[in-house]
Amino acid sequence: MELSGARILLESLVREGVEVIFGFPGGAVIDIYHQIPNYPIKHILVRHEQGAIHAADGYARAKGRTGVCLVTSGPGATNAVTGIATAYMDSIPVVIFTGQVPTALIGNDAFQEVDIVGITRPCTKHNYLVKDVAKLAHTIKEAFFLAASGRPGPVLVDLPKDVMQAVCEYAYPKKISMRSYNPHYEPNPRQVKKVAELIRQAKAPLLYAGGGVISSNAHKELVWLAQNFRIPVTATLMGLGCFPAHDPLWLGMLGMHGTFAANHAISNCDLLLAVGARFDDRVTGKISHFAQKAQIVHIDIDPTSIQKNVPVQVPIVADCRLFLMALKKELEICVSEKTCPPQSDRWIDQIVEWKAKHPRRYTPSDTLIKPQFVIEVMNKLTKGRAIITTEVGQNQMWAAQFYDFAEPRTILTSGGLGTMGYGFPAAIGAQMAFPDKLVIDVAGDGSIQMNIQEMATAVCYGLPVKIVILNNGYLGMVRQWQELFYAKNYCATCLDASPDFVKLAEAYGAAGYRITDPAKVESTLKKAFANGKTTIVDIAIDPEENVYPMVPAGKSLTEMILV
Amino acid sequence: MRHILSVLVENEPGVLSRVSGLFSGRGFNIETLNVAPTLEEGLSIMTITTSGEEAIIEQIIKQLRKLVTVVKVVDLTELKAVERETMLIKIDADGDKRAEILRIVDIFRCKIIDVSPEDLIVECTGDTGKIAALINMLSRYGIKEIARTGTVAMRRGMQ
Ligand SMILES: Cc1ncc(C[n+]2csc(CCOP(=O)(O)OP(=O)(O)O)c2C)c(N)n1
Ligand SMILES: [Mg+2]
Repeated sequence: MELSGARILLESLVREGVEVIFGFPGGAVIDIYHQIPNYPIKHILVRHEQGAIHAADGYARAKGRTGVCLVTSGPGATNAVTGIATAYMDSIPVVIFTGQVPTALIGNDAFQEVDIVGITRPCTKHNYLVKDVAKLAHTIKEAFFLAASGRPGPVLVDLPKDVMQAVCEYAYPKKISMRSYNPHYEPNPRQVKKVAELIRQAKAPLLYAGGGVISSNAHKELVWLAQNFRIPVTATLMGLGCFPAHDPLWLGMLGMHGTFAANHAISNCDLLLAVGARFDDRVTGKISHFAQKAQIVHIDIDPTSIQKNVPVQVPIVADCRLFLMALKKELEICVSEKTCPPQSDRWIDQIVEWKAKHPRRYTPSDTLIKPQFVIEVMNKLTKGRAIITTEVGQNQMWAAQFYDFAEPRTILTSGGLGTMGYGFPAAIGAQMAFPDKLVIDVAGDGSIQMNIQEMATAVCYGLPVKIVILNNGYLGMVRQWQELFYAKNYCATCLDASPDFVKLAEAYGAAGYRITDPAKVESTLKKAFANGKTTIVDIAIDPEENVYPMVPAGKSLTEMILV
Repeated sequence: MRHILSVLVENEPGVLSRVSGLFSGRGFNIETLNVAPTLEEGLSIMTITTSGEEAIIEQIIKQLRKLVTVVKVVDLTELKAVERETMLIKIDADGDKRAEILRIVDIFRCKIIDVSPEDLIVECTGDTGKIAALINMLSRYGIKEIARTGTVAMRRGMQ
C-alpha cells in the first residue's frame, strides 16, 4: 500500500493504539491535519503548545499509556519545550511530533525553521529528524518503543513538510530491536536473595518509594511487602499514591516538606529500601547526613540513578515490579510458614511515637481560610479518589501533604522540573483519559495564569475539570523563602491586579465560584464538584500561610522548621 | 585519574553532539576526542580521554551507555591497552637552529614531513608523555603551529 508521509504517520498512530492527540496546527503540519479527519483519532485543539504537551503528559500519567502531541515547526516546537523538559524530568512517556520546514530548506534559516532536535537533545530520551519517508514508519515505531520502555521519557520526531507529502510503500514493523538499546528489566537473583536476607535481619527497615513504583505499576507488590513485614513506607512527591494513605504503616512524604515521622524514620532506619526513587536534593537534604545509620538497597531501572547522589550497599538495576515480585517469591515461604524472625515492636512503636509527637497539622482559623483546610475538605468530599493535578509552589505542597492519595496515578504534578502552569493542561489530559472521574487542579493564583488560556479548550470539549485556586495574592512559595531566609524582602512576589477569576470563568463559558468564608468551603466545593462543568473555584486563603514542616535547603532532614 | 574511553556509536547525524552535549551538560570534561569509522558499516568508534574521581568516571560511563545511539563503552584504562597520538608541529627553523632541531627530531624518532627555508614540520607519534616532552624540547625554537589527533587506544592482545 502506497501512502503519503502524513498518512503513514496517522496510520501508525492508529496501530500504536493512540486514541487522542493534543495539538496545534501550522504551515508545516497542514498535510497531517488534512488527513486527521480520515482516522479514528480524536484531536484536541489546545490554545498554546505548552498546553498540548502538558495535556499529553497528564494523559500518560493518569492512564499509564504513552501520550501524543503534535505541533508545528519553529515557534510551535519551541513552545512545547518546557513541557518536554517537564516530562523528561519525571520520566513520562510522550511522543512529540513537530513539523519542520522542507528538507531542502533545512539550515537556511527558512521561515519558522528551528533546530528543534538540537534544542531538545538534552531534554528528550531520544529524538529524530526524519529526512526520508521510507524511514518514517520505522522511526515512529522506535519512538513509541523508546518512550515507554526502560526508564520512560519523551521522544521527539521532527517531520519536514516534504517528507509528509512524499509517498512510499507502507509497512509498519511488528517488532523493534536495537543493538544500542537494551534496557535491563530482570533483577539479579543473587541480589534479590541478599535483600531478602537483609529484610529478615533488619530491626528498623523502611521503604522509600519513588515515581518508579508508579511507572512500573508495582504498588500491589509494594503493599504486600510492607504489610507482611510491617515495613513503614514513605514516598517522594512522585511516589505518592503507591501506598494507601490510610494504612498505619504510611508515614507521608519525606524531604524538604516531608513529615516529621518520615524524615526521622529515614535518619534512624537500619535498612533503607529505595524503590524507583533517585535521591533528589529536595528529598535527601544535606547528603552527608542522609540515612547515616542504614544499609541502602537501591532498585532502579536506570543504572545512572544508582550511586549518583548517594553511595549504596546493594545496587539493583531492574524494573521495580519485577524486583518486588522476585523478592516476594523469596519471602513468601517464610510468611506462609511463619518462620520469619519475629519483628520487635520497637521500631513500629517509635514510628507511632514520632507520628503522635508531630502529626500533620496547621493552625485552624474561623475567620481566614486555611489552604490545608481546603485540601482536607476536598479529601473528605472525594474520599481520596479524585485525580489531583497541581500547579507549583505552596499549593502543590499542601495538596501533597494534606490529600490522602489512595491509589497510584491520582497525583499528577511536575516534580522534577517544578513547572508552574503544568497542572491545568495536565488535568485536561487526565480528564480525556478518564471522562467520568473527578479531576481537580489544585492551583495557585500565580501558576494558573501561566496556562489559563486552556479554559477555552476545556470548555470547548465539555471537560468538567475543576480548578481550585488557593489564592494568596502571592507567588507564595517564593514569598515564603523571602520571609524565612531573605529578611521579608518581598521583591516581585506580590501578585497585584490578578483578574476576577469568577468573571474570567464566566467569560470562557465556564462556571466560577468565589469563597471567602471558611464556613462556605465545603458547601461550595460540593456544588462545584457536582456541576458537570469546567469550573474555577477561587478561594481567598490566608495570604501569609506557610508550608511546614520545612527543611531549609542544605540542612539535614531532621533539622526541620515545624509548626 | 585520566581515563581513556572507547565508545562504539551508531554512525548517524548528531551522534557527536549527543556525546559532547552529554559532557558539557553534566559538567564532565573532555581532554581529547577522536572519531572515525570502523570496518563495520554504520558504526564509528570514539576515543575520549577524560579525568575525574572514580565516581564521576562511573557516571560518565553509565551516562554514555544510556545514550540511545551508543552501542558499547569500554574503559581502556582498567585494561592493558596501548595508546597513541599523532602530532604535526611547525617549528621556526631559521639558520643555525636547524641542525639542533634535526637532532632532537632524530632522538625522538620523529619524521620531518615538510621543509621550507624558514620552518620545518615534524610528525610525531607517541603516548601523551612523549608528545608533551617533544613540545617542551622544541618550544625554545619557536613553535608556529600544532595540530594533534587526540588519543586513540586499543586493548592489547592476550599475552
Ligand atoms: C515556570 C516557572 N517559573 C517560576 C517558578 C518559580 N516558582 C516556584 S513556586 C512559585 C510561586 C508560585 O505561585 P502560585 O502559583 O501563586 O503558588 P503559591 O506558592 O502561592 O501557592 C514560583 C514563582 C516556577 N516554579 N516555574
Ligand atoms: Mg499564590
